[in-house]
Amino acid sequence: MKIDVDHVAKLARLGLTEEEKKLFGGQLSSILDYAAILQKLDTTNVLPTSHAIPMENVLREDKVIPCQNVKPILANGPEVTDHMFKVPKIIE
Amino acid sequence: MHNKSAHELQELLAAGKVSSVELTKAVIHRIEQVENKVQAYVTVTKEEALKQAQVADERLKRKENITPLTGIPIAVKDNMCTAGLLTTCSSKILANYIAPYDATVVTKLKEAGAVIIGKTNMDEFAMGSSTENSGLHPTFNPWKLETVPGGSSGGSAAAVAADEAIMATGSDTGGSIRQPASFCGVVGFKPTYGRVSRYGLVAFASSLDQIGPITKDVTDSALFLNLLAGYDAKDSTSVSLPVPDYTKALVNNVKGMKLGFIKELLGQGIDSAIKEAVQKALKKFTELGAELIEVSLPSFEYAVATYYLIAPAEASSNLARYDGVKFGHRSKEAKDLLTMYYNTRREGFGNEVKRRIMIGTYALSAGYYDAYYLKALKVRTLIKQDFAKAFAKCDLLLSPTAPSVAFKTGEKLSDPLSMYLSDIATIPVNLAGLPAISLPCGLQNRLPIGLQIIGQEFGEEAILRAAFTYEQNTDWHKQKPTL
Repeated sequence: MKIDVDHVAKLARLGLTEEEKKLFGGQLSSILDYAAILQKLDTTNVLPTSHAIPMENVLREDKVIPCQNVKPILANGPEVTDHMFKVPKIIE
Repeated sequence: MHNKSAHELQELLAAGKVSSVELTKAVIHRIEQVENKVQAYVTVTKEEALKQAQVADERLKRKENITPLTGIPIAVKDNMCTAGLLTTCSSKILANYIAPYDATVVTKLKEAGAVIIGKTNMDEFAMGSSTENSGLHPTFNPWKLETVPGGSSGGSAAAVAADEAIMATGSDTGGSIRQPASFCGVVGFKPTYGRVSRYGLVAFASSLDQIGPITKDVTDSALFLNLLAGYDAKDSTSVSLPVPDYTKALVNNVKGMKLGFIKELLGQGIDSAIKEAVQKALKKFTELGAELIEVSLPSFEYAVATYYLIAPAEASSNLARYDGVKFGHRSKEAKDLLTMYYNTRREGFGNEVKRRIMIGTYALSAGYYDAYYLKALKVRTLIKQDFAKAFAKCDLLLSPTAPSVAFKTGEKLSDPLSMYLSDIATIPVNLAGLPAISLPCGLQNRLPIGLQIIGQEFGEEAILRAAFTYEQNTDWHKQKPTL
């Protein structure tokens, strides 16, 4: 199993060094080769399970609740101006 | 004092024979003595703990509102949010993150008057089976310092085993409470999915994650679960079933219980010393009046592969939030937004986290979704069906918790797949959402062996009854490491 490491890393927004690409390329291939044993199982007519315990969507009353901890939330920001998180320029 | 269980200490506290401040000081003293060897903690909150102990003492003096955990020093795994304290998930990307709110389990601990003594080390974002993947420092097994404590709740298990905490919280996605409990010779209980609120637990794989207690004995496990369990409006996956008093399940009697032992987990791939210890435990149960049945769960062979597609897929989505915008590390080399993402995530995440994000992204990507992710979800159905068939014949299922005792530091680091296979007995339980406990059942060369008891959905009481009976009739839980 050969994986396009560059493509996957780009999708995952992971910058990788050349060394990491080589290391992960090999390791991911062997993990996915191992995962191929699932293909041996016949799963026609088997429904997928995304939650082991039956789940229902939960809705709460549509009511505004004040946010009490704005200060500590903003204090975690790497770059904050007033009440905003700053990021590098997006549009030239 | 630090080497006693919570229920023993609660008696002393309630009788006024010892104060919470004295107890907390004793535990801090113990931490100062052994922490340089074990390295179980990321943060020790000495001063804050002593303040909480004072408040607990006042509560104990007034005899008001006393709970079984009032005044007891408890450690919290560092992926559970604690307002005003570091919550790092043992990751460089969250190394300076101060949670703006408490996780529901932390709120419950505070309300009960417990003393939060510190935050414990773990594999980064709970991804790992040895705590070697911590982005901060490794933790060492108190029984033999050259071996790993297991993972990902390795810090919590090591802290309890080394008497650096009376109890600790853990989280379990594929065995992360039970396997370290097994390696460190303590009791670890993963409740049914939905039994304990995950609000404020930093998400790894949301359909599998569950919080539970790590304790010195089964009685403490029941006491701790009484506090943790229950519906929480802040976690839409928590379940609104009533919470029983789990201490009522602590009955020293297994007569008439039907116990199934899992054939696949007493065969190939399991060390002979482990098999022997578990066989002895099975024999003990029959002597105590339980009926033993051999059961086969053929889909177990596929569980590790299934898990290592589903968990990374969920993780790759959950960990997309670490982008350097609102919290955590941001790369200094960020001339535009995209390079900021790339560099922040490269610098902030460790190898195992990167590996799992890559596997998950791949399994969810166009052209591979059906073959990997969807296929894994279908096999998950088969695993659940196998459990249902087994439980039609018996009340509980028994197996080893791990295929070996604690392995040497560094031994499995370069081979991720062999590390993954150390979770072979615990992973199927998470895939099916079931509750399971690990408790000590033997020693091999002074390293603990764990027995896993699996129950049906919300069948925590039957597990506790069997575990309690075993514990009352053996003395493995009394064995202690010498540090």
